[in-house]
Amino acid sequence: MKKFVYALVILMAIIHQDIWWWDNKRLIFDFMPLGLFYHALFSCMAAGLWALAIKWAWPSDIEEWAEAEAEQGGEQ
Amino acid sequence: MSHDPWLIVLGQAAEPASRTPLYIIIVYMCALFALGWISSRLFRGSSKDFFVASQSIGPFMLLMSVFGTTMTAFALVGSTGKAFSLGIGTYGLMASSSGLIHAACFFFVGIRMWSFGKKYGYVTQIQFFRDRFESKGLGYLMFPILVGLIIPYLLVGLIGAGNYIGGVTAGMFPETFSLPDKVLPSGKEIANPLNGSVPAWLTGLVISAVVLFYVFFGGVRSAVWANTFQTIVFMIMGLVGFLVIAHGLGGLEAASKKTLEYAPEKLSRVGLMTPAHFMSYMLVPLSVGMFPHLFQHWLTAKSAKSFRLTVVAHPICIMIVWVPCILIGIWAAGLHAEGSLRVPPLPNGNPNANAVLSAMVKTFMDSPVLIGLFSAGVLAAIMSSLDSQFVCIGSMFTNDFVVPWMGKDRFTDKQKVWLGRGFIVFIVLITYVISIFKPTSVFNLGVWCFSGFSALFPIAFASVYWKRLTKAGVVASVIATTVTWSLFIYDALGNKGEKWFGESHAGEYLIAGVMPVTFICLASIIALVLVSLATKAPSQATIDRFFPTKG
Repeated sequence: MKKFVYALVILMAIIHQDIWWWDNKRLIFDFMPLGLFYHALFSCMAAGLWALAIKWAWPSDIEEWAEAEAEQGGEQ
Repeated sequence: MSHDPWLIVLGQAAEPASRTPLYIIIVYMCALFALGWISSRLFRGSSKDFFVASQSIGPFMLLMSVFGTTMTAFALVGSTGKAFSLGIGTYGLMASSSGLIHAACFFFVGIRMWSFGKKYGYVTQIQFFRDRFESKGLGYLMFPILVGLIIPYLLVGLIGAGNYIGGVTAGMFPETFSLPDKVLPSGKEIANPLNGSVPAWLTGLVISAVVLFYVFFGGVRSAVWANTFQTIVFMIMGLVGFLVIAHGLGGLEAASKKTLEYAPEKLSRVGLMTPAHFMSYMLVPLSVGMFPHLFQHWLTAKSAKSFRLTVVAHPICIMIVWVPCILIGIWAAGLHAEGSLRVPPLPNGNPNANAVLSAMVKTFMDSPVLIGLFSAGVLAAIMSSLDSQFVCIGSMFTNDFVVPWMGKDRFTDKQKVWLGRGFIVFIVLITYVISIFKPTSVFNLGVWCFSGFSALFPIAFASVYWKRLTKAGVVASVIATTVTWSLFIYDALGNKGEKWFGESHAGEYLIAGVMPVTFICLASIIALVLVSLATKAPSQATIDRFFPTKG
């Protein structure tokens, strides 16, 4: 599922470039320009994507490693 | 109410405007003092608590502090002004792309950085880089560059606050802060729209002092508390302000229809930006992966799970703040084109984009109480970034410059905290002085600052994913970034003759039709990869240390 999440991230980056509505001045609900509405929706979709990423691609190995006993004392 | 701004300006000459908004702002500042004092009671006195709040911050406060830190004058004052000039495309340029890219940086880089901080006790980003690349000298190279890039970010806050408060307090003190009439390039003389307003130097002085106060006494813990409080304030007041302005304009539909009638070009992107320009902006939000102040916030997290809420809710929080600002900006463009909104002009006679938000608030909010509350919200957004940046520069000076240079046993823990405080004051003073003499577009200044950090992002990313990355590769990448960034910014802002590399289009400096960040990032990546491949790989011990095997 991790690969699916990564593919979705790339897909989102592509659909961010909404050239298909570049010159559309239509108002949705009589006040919201279509281009702005689409990108507001994009923000909601991004939130959904990251919720999926947490479910399917969470780096639990890193988390466990970090939360095991700390070993201070590198350069610091 | 009358919406004729000329009458408003004439009215200011006759009698001072209500000072109620200013009193509300003063009460808000006092509340911040109190909050700073209360959170300082929890300060444990150690440098670890001052710099990373002893890694005790939970999910909600992490979200509020990270989001509050990334939203500054750039988000409120800058986005409204940019939408006034570039229309709705402004949201796609920075906000929706940030929803994807910021969260990606938190998820793919932030959690790993946090894990190294937790495991090895890092307090700053440079400490991590020093260990990862087995080099003390790398820290000395990165320290001035990171601090140098934070200064424009601090400037964004101070200039934005000065412009906003100047606009909103116009006419309050006609005797104390009187300004001469303005002569437009056309030769026409007009009453100065900012006559009687609180000057930018005073606004900058007050907000710097308030932020310094609570940062001084509680360090990053106070910054997190204040950020949480201020983020809630600016999100709520932003929405309330938006609805009140919409009401003042006769409703959402009437406001947008005016733009459709008088400035229809602002409702789409055609003619204002090209797809290549738009796409290249996607590189700008990568900057969050390299912001040292954000790195410090990541380190405050109690556990990796604390990141989950931040990753998911960050795009939504951006939307809640930015959509109203963009709508206000395009409505202002329509009203300005119609002639029913007056935006204070720049010396060249063009409207000052930084003053669009305050002009809308001043013109379309009836209630001085609401103006005061909304203005407190705008200042909250600005100060919630300044505080983190203040703590961060103090932390970097102490941990990345003084301690490696003088030795970690040279100073007591208390002295380290005071060294950090001293450097914060020094940098704030420098920034404050620049802010008085160099007012410029908040949005553009922010983009230049972010572009520099974005070009350094490949270093952060490769350092946690690419074992073959070397110290020499990092040095080459930093140099490539510094050289290209300096050349482009000089060409864009300092070069008064013919441009060497790019050209200005709709207020943006573009090279071959794309943002300069494209070429700065490219130079950074090429130098990073080629020099790393050509030089000796890091030791196995270092690779084992930073690339733990699973299980």
